[in-house]
Amino acid sequence: MELKEILNQLNVVSQCRKYGLSLWQCPQFLFLLMGIIIIGSAITAFLIGTRYVADPQIVALIVLVISTILLVIAFSIIHGFERLAEANRMKTEFISIVSHQLRSPLSNLRWALELLMSGRNNLVSEKQLEYFTIFKENIGRMQELIKDLLIVSRIETQTLVLKKKEVSLEDLIKELISEFESFAKACNVKVKFQAKENLAKVFVDSSQIRQVVENLLDNAIRYIKDEGEVKVKLEQKGRKLYFEIKDNGVGIPKEDQKYIFQKFFRAGNIMKYQTEGSGLGLYITKFIIEKSGGKIGFSSQEGKGSTFWFTLPIS
Amino acid sequence: MKKILFIEDESALQKTFEEILSQEGYKMISALDGEVGLKLAQTEKPDLILLDLVLPKVHGFDVLKKLKENQETKEIPVIVLTNLEGIGDVEKAIELGATTYLVKADYSLKELVKKIKKALGD
Repeated sequence: MELKEILNQLNVVSQCRKYGLSLWQCPQFLFLLMGIIIIGSAITAFLIGTRYVADPQIVALIVLVISTILLVIAFSIIHGFERLAEANRMKTEFISIVSHQLRSPLSNLRWALELLMSGRNNLVSEKQLEYFTIFKENIGRMQELIKDLLIVSRIETQTLVLKKKEVSLEDLIKELISEFESFAKACNVKVKFQAKENLAKVFVDSSQIRQVVENLLDNAIRYIKDEGEVKVKLEQKGRKLYFEIKDNGVGIPKEDQKYIFQKFFRAGNIMKYQTEGSGLGLYITKFIIEKSGGKIGFSSQEGKGSTFWFTLPIS
Repeated sequence: MKKILFIEDESALQKTFEEILSQEGYKMISALDGEVGLKLAQTEKPDLILLDLVLPKVHGFDVLKKLKENQETKEIPVIVLTNLEGIGDVEKAIELGATTYLVKADYSLKELVKKIKKALGD
């Protein structure tokens, strides 16, 4: 074995990282710790034994018995954690493989469809375009679901990495509102944005925060029954930026409110007429905000609307 | 006419890209595995390489490494185009010399063509 390989094997922290578990659940770290405890206990037993017991053979027997008991305990603890670590690693690998295998045919479908819909080399009838649009939307739904499931699995295996940089939240929101313009128009919803000029920047993962605002904006517009209005506000409060999004949509029933940030949860009143949606958006949103050093909350009244807010520390 | 080498084992994608790239005025050369990809990179000297990662015979990362080690192909810009999004994959690709790492699921065909044109300086 090369020296580099040996040193790599001894680097407990890097060995543990590949399992995606904390140090206290990592078999290699626990093995090292138990080793130190056993050696320490053997030496302590020897020192105490030689002080109070005259016969050296009995001292040796006491040290042997204590070491053996501790070794057996260590073995069973580590064996348990080894199985946990391996199961965790297999779960991560399984999700990675499955998501890649699911994403590949979806990408093939999406791009072949976009080529057909462009009509550059063939005439596309209105009827055909209608159905192609259905294909495209549903491919999009599957792709979004896989993306969300991947993020959730990374959250749970503590392998979600946030690549932070300075971001202008104001610019990000303006960009997203512009992207949502056609969707809002189709839902008969007006979106208003109010923010002071030259607000401080935040130090966050731009693509993750983008997903947060997208989730909240999508929910606010989507769950408005008829004509409606969504008001987005961004302001600085001390050392934090405060974001608020208020809609006059269907609201969240009181009995469902405590579950709203849970995985796969969708409130009873929206399930009746909007069967789309994985119930993962708010779970992911809450995680990202809290991991970015912020807080998130909401208030809602069924039939009147909801107000979601979050804060982020300024850079 | 600029040449683009597409190293990708999915023949459906090869067909779609052949169509869209020729509409955009590019000549596409196709390779269905890493081994053929490396050979064609050397013989055809394309202006850009689109490289999938999960490939038969030679894995995308190894193809990238060999492309950048070979004097004859190291200057050709490489866009990694994959649905793999494992931890450290993006960093590894950039470290090995890829110009960009694009996750297929994140882009429409139109957006992808824009990225390709940008990489070619068009």
